[in-house]
Amino acid sequence: MTVLEHASESDGSALLEVRHVKKYFPIRKGVLQREVAHVHAVDDVSFAVREGETLGLVGESGCGKSTLGRTLVRLLEPTAGEIVFQGTPIQDLGPRRLRPLRREMQMVFQDPYASLNPRKRVGTIVSDPMRIHDLGSRADQKRRVGEILETVGLSPEHYNRFPHEFSGGQRQRIGIARALALRPKLIIADEPVSALDVSIQSQMLNLLDDLQNEFQLTYIFIAHDLGVVRHVSDRIAVMYLGKIVELSPAEELYTRPIMPYTEALLSAVPLPDPDLAEQRERIVLEGDVPSPINPPSGCRFHPRCRYATDVCRQIEPPLVDYGNAHLAACHHPLNVDKATLQQVEVAKQHSPAEADDSALPQDTSGRSNPAVAPDTRSR
Amino acid sequence: MAERLLEVNDLKVRFATEDGIVQAVSGISFELERGKVLGIVGESGSGKSVTAMTLMGLTRGVNARFEGEVLYKGTDLLKVSDRDMQDFRGNELGMIFQDPMTSLNPVYRIGDQIVEAIQAHENVDKRTARARTIELLRQVGIPNPETRVDNFPHEFSGGMRQRAMIAMALSCNPSILIADEPTTALDVTIQAQIVELVSRLKEDFDSAVIFITHDLGVIADIADEIIVMYAGRVVERGSKRDLFYDPQMPYTWGLLGSIPRLDRPRPERLHTIEGSPPSLINLPDGCKFRPRCPHAFEKCTQEPGLENRVETPGHLDRCWLDVDFKRSHRDQTISGDSAEAA
Amino acid sequence: MAAYILRRIFGMLIVLVAVSFIVYLIFIVIPGGDPAQRIAGKVATQANIVSIRHKLGLDRHGFTGFFIQWFKMVKALFTAKLVSYANQTNVVSQIKQGLPATFSLSIGAAIIWMGFGVLVGLISAVKAGALSDRVITALALVGISLPVAWLGLLLRYFFAGEGGAVSWFPDGGYVPLTSDPVQWFYHLLLPWLTLAVLFIGFYGRVLRSNILDTINEDFVRTAKAKGLTSRRILVKHVLRASLIPIVTLFGLDFASVLGGGAIITETVYSLHGVGWYAAQSISNQDLPPLMGVTLYGAMFIVVFTLLVDLAYAYLDPRIRLS
Repeated sequence: MTVLEHASESDGSALLEVRHVKKYFPIRKGVLQREVAHVHAVDDVSFAVREGETLGLVGESGCGKSTLGRTLVRLLEPTAGEIVFQGTPIQDLGPRRLRPLRREMQMVFQDPYASLNPRKRVGTIVSDPMRIHDLGSRADQKRRVGEILETVGLSPEHYNRFPHEFSGGQRQRIGIARALALRPKLIIADEPVSALDVSIQSQMLNLLDDLQNEFQLTYIFIAHDLGVVRHVSDRIAVMYLGKIVELSPAEELYTRPIMPYTEALLSAVPLPDPDLAEQRERIVLEGDVPSPINPPSGCRFHPRCRYATDVCRQIEPPLVDYGNAHLAACHHPLNVDKATLQQVEVAKQHSPAEADDSALPQDTSGRSNPAVAPDTRSR
Repeated sequence: MAERLLEVNDLKVRFATEDGIVQAVSGISFELERGKVLGIVGESGSGKSVTAMTLMGLTRGVNARFEGEVLYKGTDLLKVSDRDMQDFRGNELGMIFQDPMTSLNPVYRIGDQIVEAIQAHENVDKRTARARTIELLRQVGIPNPETRVDNFPHEFSGGMRQRAMIAMALSCNPSILIADEPTTALDVTIQAQIVELVSRLKEDFDSAVIFITHDLGVIADIADEIIVMYAGRVVERGSKRDLFYDPQMPYTWGLLGSIPRLDRPRPERLHTIEGSPPSLINLPDGCKFRPRCPHAFEKCTQEPGLENRVETPGHLDRCWLDVDFKRSHRDQTISGDSAEAA
Repeated sequence: MAAYILRRIFGMLIVLVAVSFIVYLIFIVIPGGDPAQRIAGKVATQANIVSIRHKLGLDRHGFTGFFIQWFKMVKALFTAKLVSYANQTNVVSQIKQGLPATFSLSIGAAIIWMGFGVLVGLISAVKAGALSDRVITALALVGISLPVAWLGLLLRYFFAGEGGAVSWFPDGGYVPLTSDPVQWFYHLLLPWLTLAVLFIGFYGRVLRSNILDTINEDFVRTAKAKGLTSRRILVKHVLRASLIPIVTLFGLDFASVLGGGAIITETVYSLHGVGWYAAQSISNQDLPPLMGVTLYGAMFIVVFTLLVDLAYAYLDPRIRLS
């Protein structure tokens, strides 16, 4: 149990707790449209996000990371599980009670071309959320839009322009301004920089960093590029086929990946250094991510894993704590010393049921004791 | 000495638009030999894609004006008629694009689209073309090509689609494969696969590759020579080693510094190239990078020529700064720590 | 696929029932007064009215009465027993009599409007911005704006019959295809053109903008990069994609003229089709035929909506029917 308790030592409080969330999409067939199968887009995911931190969420396309992001803000309805935001379970709230919470959680989307209404002016795009939530007078709103535009690096003169008059990077700034309009606590950014040039990408990452400091924002940063995610995240969750397979303080994930999938992802990130690029071993993952309709048995990664053995095909490994709030779900963990491994084995035997909850704050008092991973990054 | 396939001399491309004349490409030159990979790097609007499309004759139109020469095995492609250009496209020069989803026609089967490419250039019957298509799909690493050949594009994953695009581009055995941001829309894991595939196929098909990207990291593995473009110009050109280990243009430093790197400690802030690329309708005087350059000085109001300023022959740049000054100052930018302090 | 079609057919039946209900409301309930009086027509005896009232359940009142009346009406129609009270003819057999003329008119006109619509759209898209595009655009707009009745009368006045300025064509009427194909064609040419003009302009405009959108698609660029000829690119890649949305338009327009929607054209050229029958019934305030014709038309719309969806799935493999 010592390992598990380790995860509960913490300062800061959990802004968002996700408990066993599932999102299945039904596949219907026949005259009566019976559900014959499900796409297991998000399959029993649990984690917590501390106020002010950035949680990176990485994985390949189809791993469910975007679906998870949308489910967290109830743009999609969770099939099962609990989403607790600021202490309130929001998974069953009706539209009326959800509305005030929507102000607190906003999304930034990937494609700055598709996610802005081309027929609306920038001012309207940014002020719409304020109007919908009836915040301040018209004059107040306009003044505030000017401020926000300046904050994100645009000029208040851009108020009356249309999205098509801007470059990709500027449009993403508009998208961020729109998200900021309601002064949210949590921003879920779904691949916010992957459509941008590297030079613009870095501007955007720095901007997100500045905004976080200025407005005490909490981010969930969804991306497929581990290089980008490392730069912004305090902690990183790696997703594969609807499951979190590794969750770790950011730097630790890069120096000591436990799950072979993470190792492979890391080895795919391009290195802008020809000698290093030539030297390093690149683990090429064969094939594509399998279908989430019929996920592989046991460990979902086993068909593509170079370390897979029989146990991987049969038994799904639980997410267990390897110390230092570093969780991974693997039968053949990498970079783990013998002592830790033994402790983990003991912990697993003693409390198999709790193993899957290890990404959550440990609930000792019976009341919500919002504890998350220790702050790994001093700002 | 390998066969010289392509020689571009002082190519200029201008487009007339409602807002004015767009100087998309303003005099670029390069050569390409069989078996080599040329990387062209730059931001959106740097002219890299226009250059590639011009080689393919895809920028032709009533509003476009061209100057200079594009010599493919001695033939100036700029002077070839529209009709004859069709014979070069696909046959001598193959091209793949950024977004493999939208680049394939959604209503036709993958195989039929490749067969169509083969039959456009070769007088073969459908059965032969189909057999070759299956073989091509196998070569680009698509499992079960016999059945996959009859799939529609939406039944392929993103990486598979890009593989199919590559198979299509190589179907008539072109001498040059032009890859315009082929990995940008793909996952990192798939990116690595595609880069590797392109470099393997270059050997198998004994061709040359022009690889266009905005991310220097992507081509660190495979490029032999790299051209950095800015505002329609070549601002630096050299071997891969020159560009990565002895970059001479502050713009190149910026591109290198913008990449979040896994091989170095995480910097507090990433380096950014402030501002955005200049409008190609209203270019600044002098060095085009001057308005964004932290090291600009008086001399930069005159545009520097593309010259060899370092010991390595063939390493060219457009920067007035003193070479020693650059060598002592660039690491600040490239390793990403506070360029603002400079 | 079969399950899908089965489900759709079930849905169609529900729609038809709903339509019949609405038609009943409009024709029987809403106008007020004595429905039996209206059904019986202008010259009806009191006994006649009473018998109709009883037959249709109009002597029943209240909520159940309403349903009984509606049910009797629909039942009469579906068992082909609904009778026009103005002239004692059977509605269903009257509609059947009108079918050859209506089908001849619709199919011929559809071929013309589709063919010329595609041609107009193609030419103006390829020549976008040029003089020919502008001329075609102007003509298309004129075609769209011409009232069908006016155009029909004008064509008849100038080109048809003894009184025409040039009597190239017979003055209205319908000759069955089976009795004389040449006369059939001869008699229908003007009606076809009259009906098609509006659609040609409209389809041409829609197709033009579809083509101009498609030309900028990435897959068209790929087709060029493959080295295909411009004609092949235009036909196989651009036109095919641009025509897909036209299928919806065509399906619904064709269904509506088949369903008796070409009322004006049929009337102007005295083609005794379903539309003409509808027009006659309206002017006689003869309600049972109107009920029949409306349901007949609704049926075509519903059936063609299904056909359009099936065609879509065939044309665009990304669409899955479920």
